[in-house]
Amino acid sequence: MKKKIVSFVLCTVMAAALAGCGSGGDGSTSTAASGGGSSAASSSAGSSSSASSKEEDTGSGDAITVGFSQVGAESDWRTANSASMKETFVEANGYHLIFDDAQQKQENQITAIRNFIQQEVDYIVLAPVTETGWDTVLKEAQDADIPVIIVDRMVDVSDDSLYTAWVGSNFRAEGDKAVTWLDEYYKSKGMENEEVNIVNIQGTIGASAQIGRTEGLEAGIEAHSNWNMVAQQTGEFTQAKGQEVMESVLKQHDDIDVVYCENDNEAFGAIDAIEAAGKTVGIDGDILVVSFDSTNAGLTDTMSGKITLNVECNPLHGPRVQEIIEKLEAGETPDKQAFVDEEVFAATDVVKSVKTDAGSFDVTVVTQDVLDNRAY
Amino acid sequence: MTDQKKTSTWKKITGNRLFLPLVCLIVVLLLNVIKTPSFFQVSIRNGVLYGYIIDVINRASELVILAVGMTLVTASSGGQDISVGAVMAVAAAVCCQILSGGQVSTNVFQNPLILAIIAALAASAACGAFNGFLVAKLHIQPMVATLILYTAGRGIAQLITQGQITYIRVETYQVLGNYIGKCPIPTPVFFAIGTVLIVYLVLKKTALGLYIESVGINGNASRLVGLNSTMIKFLTYVMCGVLAGIAGIVASSRIYSADANNIGLNLEMDAILAVALGGNFLGGGKFSLMGSVIGAFTIQALTTTLYAMNVSADQLPVYKAIVVVVIVCLQSPVVKKISADWRAKRKLAGIEGRGF
Repeated sequence: MKKKIVSFVLCTVMAAALAGCGSGGDGSTSTAASGGGSSAASSSAGSSSSASSKEEDTGSGDAITVGFSQVGAESDWRTANSASMKETFVEANGYHLIFDDAQQKQENQITAIRNFIQQEVDYIVLAPVTETGWDTVLKEAQDADIPVIIVDRMVDVSDDSLYTAWVGSNFRAEGDKAVTWLDEYYKSKGMENEEVNIVNIQGTIGASAQIGRTEGLEAGIEAHSNWNMVAQQTGEFTQAKGQEVMESVLKQHDDIDVVYCENDNEAFGAIDAIEAAGKTVGIDGDILVVSFDSTNAGLTDTMSGKITLNVECNPLHGPRVQEIIEKLEAGETPDKQAFVDEEVFAATDVVKSVKTDAGSFDVTVVTQDVLDNRAY
Repeated sequence: MTDQKKTSTWKKITGNRLFLPLVCLIVVLLLNVIKTPSFFQVSIRNGVLYGYIIDVINRASELVILAVGMTLVTASSGGQDISVGAVMAVAAAVCCQILSGGQVSTNVFQNPLILAIIAALAASAACGAFNGFLVAKLHIQPMVATLILYTAGRGIAQLITQGQITYIRVETYQVLGNYIGKCPIPTPVFFAIGTVLIVYLVLKKTALGLYIESVGINGNASRLVGLNSTMIKFLTYVMCGVLAGIAGIVASSRIYSADANNIGLNLEMDAILAVALGGNFLGGGKFSLMGSVIGAFTIQALTTTLYAMNVSADQLPVYKAIVVVVIVCLQSPVVKKISADWRAKRKLAGIEGRGF
């Protein structure tokens, strides 16, 4: 009896939590979460709501049906990423999008992909939560002749032909942009031969963003004999850790010139730590802060001059995915890797543009207008 | 004669249950003096105390508060509350969401600070009460019962903040996690001292401390002598919840935001470790609040030490694990017994030697 009550309570809590996450995670979700996917598939049984059966009808028309399995809605970046997909694959453009929010769980994503296969969608777009464990389900999609386009993070599969293309950020290029900007900046100040002491607050070790951005910086330091990496430590992409690490670094080294934070949250923490130690940030201050992601809060700090350089990590993947689908529809073979365009934002116009292996990029000085016109 | 007196004082010191935890803390700190001579240097910079040791004390505050709650729960129920990290996130989310009035970022309080703090503490007390109900009333194993909020807690926090990081860019809010006006001591330290003092006084001035121990040693026997053991267990979980709430508010004030994904992440494990390092038996019963506090400082000292020694990030957990293994082994009953046996043998050898 007691066990029954316990299991009942547990089930209720679980159900409540799941339902809560579904509605709170992303209010504008067009179709429901994983449960919604399966109900749409069985709409002929008449058990599903009118909304999902209606979508089933439009799905069987001329429109290209795209099933998108999103990780979740854990950050501004992710929300913007979902919004970009939803805005691109609208009916007016001849698409029908089935959106699935996986609540950060791989098993939900695998279920979603299986549902997409059952529903015989034309394309599957997957934003994987982890890199590994996709072989089986992607093989199923391949057997069903449905092209799979991976966005954002990469998948680690034994056979590359399991997915058609990948769209995402070029993290190494982001690092290169920051390094080139610093180089240009010091040249413009006539300080190219002076010692530059750099602190690297890394992201979560092993994340692709951390690997690429660290590689970029390390290559930059190798190329400049007067650049020294005085400390390198992970801030785990969080503000609290960024602050803690910076606090510690400031006690060991008194002459830091640049803090290279691998995302905006770490930069906020580092700035707090620097100011608490009685130093100043910015081009007129003691320490330059370089950051990545260009979130709204990050660009606000860039506008005020606290973050000197902010390299964008663009979440607007929709248009690039659309290009790939159009190519596939026309019978062409798209590139296996497609990078999204990413901008460089700075607090100063000393450096007008940066040239890297990935091309030349204009540096945008952040103003209120720039901030207001951003999609996220 | 004097020799005997000496050994008895020595025995008193080594026999104290706080002896080993303290030695561990001191060893960790001494390691620093060798590697980083400036570790104990404290100076005034920018009007506030500045130095590694200050960082240790400051950063350990949340952990100290959590460890106090965890000690009570461990003592009364013989199990741990693994939901404290998630409860921190819930409290931070409630607090920030009320202050921001539902917006993602705010520059002025939309609601009074005191209301937000009370609501956050009420929410964390409710979480504690839920855990307490499951453990005390329904007799579910503590780790299983608190696993519910461990998993669901961050989800609830995300739900409250609508999946975003809520920023409170108001100076007054940052006071809780930084400094009060011109006071050179960081505010979280006051929170830590305050909580430890209040809980200590409540336990010592009332019979609650004794009740908790007796319930932890034998719940049934305590019930038979007239203690409401269910109520006492329940109370410790509510207290643990409220303390987690306080820690959550402090942590969120430090970063003036509610980061539901990261506030208190993995801190429940550190809190349990602090209780264990403090020489407390994780199966419940007799406990030492101060031991847990020392344990909490040891963990933070270790983290700061590894930063100060510039240990590269990917190796950090390995070093931490090695030190923890050594400390826990030193305090294990088996090792203690071996060392006691060895000492007895040496004494015996000494007597025999004298005999010949």
